[in-house]
Amino acid sequence: MTAPHLEILDLGCTRGDRPLFAGLREHVAAGELLHVAGSNGSGKTTLLRTLCGLSRPAAGEIRWRGTSVRLLGDQYRADLAYVGHKDGVQGELTAAENLETLSCGAGASAADMRRRIDAALERLGLAAYAPYPAKLLSQGQRRRLALARLLVQPKPLWILDEPFTALDATSCRLVAALVSEHLAGGGIAVLSSHQAFDIAAAEVKRVDLDSLGARAFAWAGEPEPRPERAGHPA
Amino acid sequence: MARAEPIPSGPEPVTLELHRYVSPKTFYPLAGRLIPWFGGLTALLLAVGLYYALFIAPPDYQQGESVRIMFIHVPAAWMSMFVYVVMAGAGAVGLVWNAKLAEVLARSCAPIGAWFTVLALATGSLWGKPMWGTWWAWDARITSELILLFLYLGVMALQSAIDDPKRAARAAAILALVGVVNIPIIHFSVEWWNTLHQPASVTRIGRPSIHISLLIPLLLMAVAFMLYFVTVVLLRMRNEILERERHSAWVTELIQSADAEPAPPAAGNRPRGVAG
Amino acid sequence: MVSLRRAQDALTPVIFFAIVVALFPLGVGPEPGVLAMLAPGVVWVAALLATMLSLPRLFANDYADGTLEQLLLAPQPLAVLVLAKVVAHWLLSGLPLVLLSPLLALQMQLPADALPTLVISLLLGTPVLSLIGAIGAALTLGLRGGGVLISLLVLPLYTPVLIFGAGSVAAAATGLDVEAYNSLLGAFLILALTFAPWAAAAALRVSLD
Repeated sequence: MTAPHLEILDLGCTRGDRPLFAGLREHVAAGELLHVAGSNGSGKTTLLRTLCGLSRPAAGEIRWRGTSVRLLGDQYRADLAYVGHKDGVQGELTAAENLETLSCGAGASAADMRRRIDAALERLGLAAYAPYPAKLLSQGQRRRLALARLLVQPKPLWILDEPFTALDATSCRLVAALVSEHLAGGGIAVLSSHQAFDIAAAEVKRVDLDSLGARAFAWAGEPEPRPERAGHPA
Repeated sequence: MARAEPIPSGPEPVTLELHRYVSPKTFYPLAGRLIPWFGGLTALLLAVGLYYALFIAPPDYQQGESVRIMFIHVPAAWMSMFVYVVMAGAGAVGLVWNAKLAEVLARSCAPIGAWFTVLALATGSLWGKPMWGTWWAWDARITSELILLFLYLGVMALQSAIDDPKRAARAAAILALVGVVNIPIIHFSVEWWNTLHQPASVTRIGRPSIHISLLIPLLLMAVAFMLYFVTVVLLRMRNEILERERHSAWVTELIQSADAEPAPPAAGNRPRGVAG
Repeated sequence: MVSLRRAQDALTPVIFFAIVVALFPLGVGPEPGVLAMLAPGVVWVAALLATMLSLPRLFANDYADGTLEQLLLAPQPLAVLVLAKVVAHWLLSGLPLVLLSPLLALQMQLPADALPTLVISLLLGTPVLSLIGAIGAALTLGLRGGGVLISLLVLPLYTPVLIFGAGSVAAAATGLDVEAYNSLLGAFLILALTFAPWAAAAALRVSLD
């Protein structure tokens, strides 16, 4: 299996029929962090969801380990962990149960899973809340629970949409540390954030969607010919 | 959308050729040129067909003059089915190949098909009145047409409930495909139900034994309806294209040259989507 | 697991079922002959409406809190996950209807020998209703108009099941053989089990695009 690396080729996204950005090209290798920046409405969440495969891009391709993500299908999703805007936390289940259900089918034994879940909750300071229904947790605690999922099942690619939202300073540092460790272990992380953060990475690549969006993007499958890419299959 | 099986993605070189010919931008003027021709043919054939139907075809020995309704009812019923299949097919093409024109076609078909269904129902009811004495009877064909009408209304309701045109087109396509698969089952069920509950004394709206003099107007009307469908669908598609493409350069140019005055701000300046 | 904890949600369709059937005698008069003739259709239509009532709940909560997204990102095939959800949903919403139906049918003066047929027809039919309904629920995620819109989409598709389901009970009430009906309903069930989860999965992906 090839080393984890993510390629984004000429990606263009729309919201409905309205173009958001076009021509995004990036290559993210193991240990690297891709920081998606942009003002509200510039398409950060859309980009992250497209990278997950939840949204279909208007143009371009995403490749994981060299193969198109569309061809990989389930295989890509097996390598991917996503924490989106919504926490993905079910209020009726306890904190521990939440982590259980979302990690089922991992192949690890039940005891092993239990240990990992406990360790994850411990790490994120939620051990005390394990037996309580998640709806009793505060917003910040729920966010941490959503992020705890990342620790239960190790996956090479992390895609995080505004992970620092609703977190206090200590928690922010904790999450930053988690991501740094993940990267140090050879993983890849893509995240969007308004806030400044301090994550140790082999390299931090930055994408500014505001500047990308300014390029002309004509929908209907006919991107306006861009002079610097004449002859490139549109 | 990632799925287990590979799906051809839009911008691959193979489909690029098609893109040039079936993009909304090239289709728009092409449709514009075709519409007058189809419209003219429609009018002509309708006139001829109606003349045949009303004056030349002989009255049925059993049903009298009211059999003439058949010349509208039967082609309308055929068209209602045909248009649904076209809608489902176009929806499928739009889903698999992400083809905008197919989506536009599917969306344009729905109201036309629905009206054909209403026409079939109304004429069926008119036809049945002299025979059954009631305005409505649960004849197998009428009941099937009624359910078909609900299927159409469902597709239209779904599309109008979704703001995002892409999602609307895809959702409607899935619904239409589920519908098209179910139509034979529904038809079979209704037929069976009808034979079970039909008292023997009630005559079915059977087609009178097909005589050549009846066949000609029937086919003429069928072709006329088909041409009508093509004309109207082209018209609707042009409107739909303008609506969906209103942000693009060629549409704004079109509006500008048509008005010969400064273009209005991009029609319906939509507020930027929530949370990019 | 989650549904068990939202017990009151699961009860609503069942109560609705009971109320609707109880309304009919109030509407058409208590004459046994009339009621008995209407019974198969009434019970079936009420079960159908009660199932439809429970449909929005199938995906809506998971959609709202983000767990549905995670489901779409799971490495397991989505159709399988959808099937699991629908089965769970049916066990909580559909099965109670099946179990309650004999009582309500007796209220409608259905002859006792037709009761087993009623239960079997609902046992075979309500899963089909849930499966087809799942497609409707998936298509209408997050839209205004919610339950009513689902009804419009899904009711035409329900007609074959209704025709044969109610038909089988009516046949049983008059002493006819119901073998053919059951096989047909069974065939519908197999067809629905095979195709509906897949269509619903596709619809989910479209809705979450």
